[in-house]
Amino acid sequence: MRMPKLTAFLTATAVVTSVFTLAATAAEVHVLNWKGYGADEPWAIAAFEKATGNKVVNDFFNSEQEMLTKLRTNPGLYDVVMINAAFNDQAMAEKLIQPIDVSKIPNYADISPDKAGSPMLARDGKVYGVPWVWGLTALAINEKAFETPPTSITEMWNEAHKGRVVIRDDAVEAVQFGAIATGQDINDIKDMEAVKTKLTSLMPQIKTFWSSENDWNQMVASNQIDIGTYWSGSADRAKTHFKLPVALVIPQEGAVAWLDAFSIPVGSKNVAGAEAFINYMIDPSFYVEWVTKVGAPVSANTKAVAALPEDAFNRKVMGDPDVAKRIQFQAPITDAQREAYLALWQELKVNVK
Amino acid sequence: MAGQVASGSRSGLRSALPLLLPAYLWLTVAIFLPLSAMVFFSFMTELPLSGKAWAFTLENYTTFFSQGLYWTLLLASLRLGLEVTLWCVFIGYPAAYVLAKVLKGRSREAIFLLVILPFWSNGLVRIFSWAMVLREGGILDTALNAVLPFKINIDLMYSYPAVIIGLVHSYVPYMVLTCYLTLQAIDDSLIEAGRSLGASRLQMLRWVIIPLSMPGLVAGAALIFVPVVGSFMEPRILGGRTGTFYGTVIEDQFVAVFNWPLGAALSFILLAVVLVILALASPVLRRAA
Repeated sequence: MRMPKLTAFLTATAVVTSVFTLAATAAEVHVLNWKGYGADEPWAIAAFEKATGNKVVNDFFNSEQEMLTKLRTNPGLYDVVMINAAFNDQAMAEKLIQPIDVSKIPNYADISPDKAGSPMLARDGKVYGVPWVWGLTALAINEKAFETPPTSITEMWNEAHKGRVVIRDDAVEAVQFGAIATGQDINDIKDMEAVKTKLTSLMPQIKTFWSSENDWNQMVASNQIDIGTYWSGSADRAKTHFKLPVALVIPQEGAVAWLDAFSIPVGSKNVAGAEAFINYMIDPSFYVEWVTKVGAPVSANTKAVAALPEDAFNRKVMGDPDVAKRIQFQAPITDAQREAYLALWQELKVNVK
Repeated sequence: MAGQVASGSRSGLRSALPLLLPAYLWLTVAIFLPLSAMVFFSFMTELPLSGKAWAFTLENYTTFFSQGLYWTLLLASLRLGLEVTLWCVFIGYPAAYVLAKVLKGRSREAIFLLVILPFWSNGLVRIFSWAMVLREGGILDTALNAVLPFKINIDLMYSYPAVIIGLVHSYVPYMVLTCYLTLQAIDDSLIEAGRSLGASRLQMLRWVIIPLSMPGLVAGAALIFVPVVGSFMEPRILGGRTGTFYGTVIEDQFVAVFNWPLGAALSFILLAVVLVILALASPVLRRAA
């Protein structure tokens, strides 16, 4: 067990030392985001730097908790941070992020009203997060395994797919998926026992728990799986970019939706640069290039989505009003809930042995 | 000054000090400090880095005893450690014997190189190579079906055997190296003497070779057992839905939920259990060695 302890300590020291060594200078925009998630595309950075004269410095996190810790321990270092809307509340309450003057972000006017008006991103009439992209945690299928795509979430429990089903190794996602399968509100799970029973009966079907997009794509490429939970943007990427036989299924029972937004941390030394960067990130030109070159979730900017080809997945499928009715957006989760979900998930994983 | 240096043992220590200093300095900085920090963390309610108020607590340790799943996982990990160690003995010991007593010169060097080759490749790369070999339609499956007249279906990926295979592959060189050293030190004249007194091959092994090489076997077993019990990378990648072990749960606490205090407490419980096992085994092992 020496290895995780040592790496953990090294991370701790790195976090501490970075406070002293990396003081942000004015012409730099320090961005904190997931790795490989749009903001670090080299062509995008080059275009932004050329247009505004700001230099982009990317830093990454591997979990929302790590992102919050980096904000807490590095006040003044970051200028832009990408926060899942469900965590915006916590960041705001801890005074880690500051109100944003949306009049400085021209593209903000084009953000769809339901996203811009999300109660998760605004407090006391002030905006704390600019919606960027949204997507779904739904099902994806291996097209080789299905004549016609399934429509129901119960397909995951179908005996025919025994040992060829995958689910992500994430307690919150698994529990919310169980809530949808038992017809409950993901943000207000009343009957936890039903979720547990439902997930317990899913376990024998499972081949493995995936953790990265690459896992999923590899397993489809080698025809090892039929169906599993997957992110909408990743399914799109798998199909368009990697040419894999993958199709997204938004089950009739519903799917979990998430919204990612940009915020400006308290103490940012380059607020103007941050505003320019956020404006660029929600700009249609960036978005279309991102979708075409890499594959991306759905932009919160209506004009950006409208700039996509008519039959584009993010426009045709995700923009379908019928889909909008079925999906449930993730709301904030308390620490106590998170720990309860993890305990349930670990118990399920241990009992399967 | 001269009087102080006069004492023999002390002057030995003093002259040894410059030689010892780098190693002890390094151990203090790289092992002792982080470990102490982790001991400290394991008694806290919150990580001080998180900026929240924290206090001292024993809760992280009581969690282990109040929840059955940690026990189940710890037992599963101990069993995994035992099985991997046994496989390493079965595979590594004969190889070490051949290296030490049968092969000479060039061929020994070549085989030796092959044994330590896994050490030179990255662990993650090794595991992903196994993933390509073991899965259905993978290298092993395709190769066997190409040779065999009947159709067989080999899909070892995401199973307990896959975890064992991956771990044995990673750790068997330790067993080969430690056993090789002790086997090589056995005087050939002892073996000749045994033979001339009429001992069969089995008797030679039972009464001469194994007892004399026991220190190597014990050292190899300890070197393998301890890290395997805490392993998390191999089970996670190769084990699929059966890949949840004590090590992966600790990793989850550190990486997924950022609960370092609980993760640290679980690590120290593991350390304590391993130390108890080694302590209980030590009289037996000492006699054997």
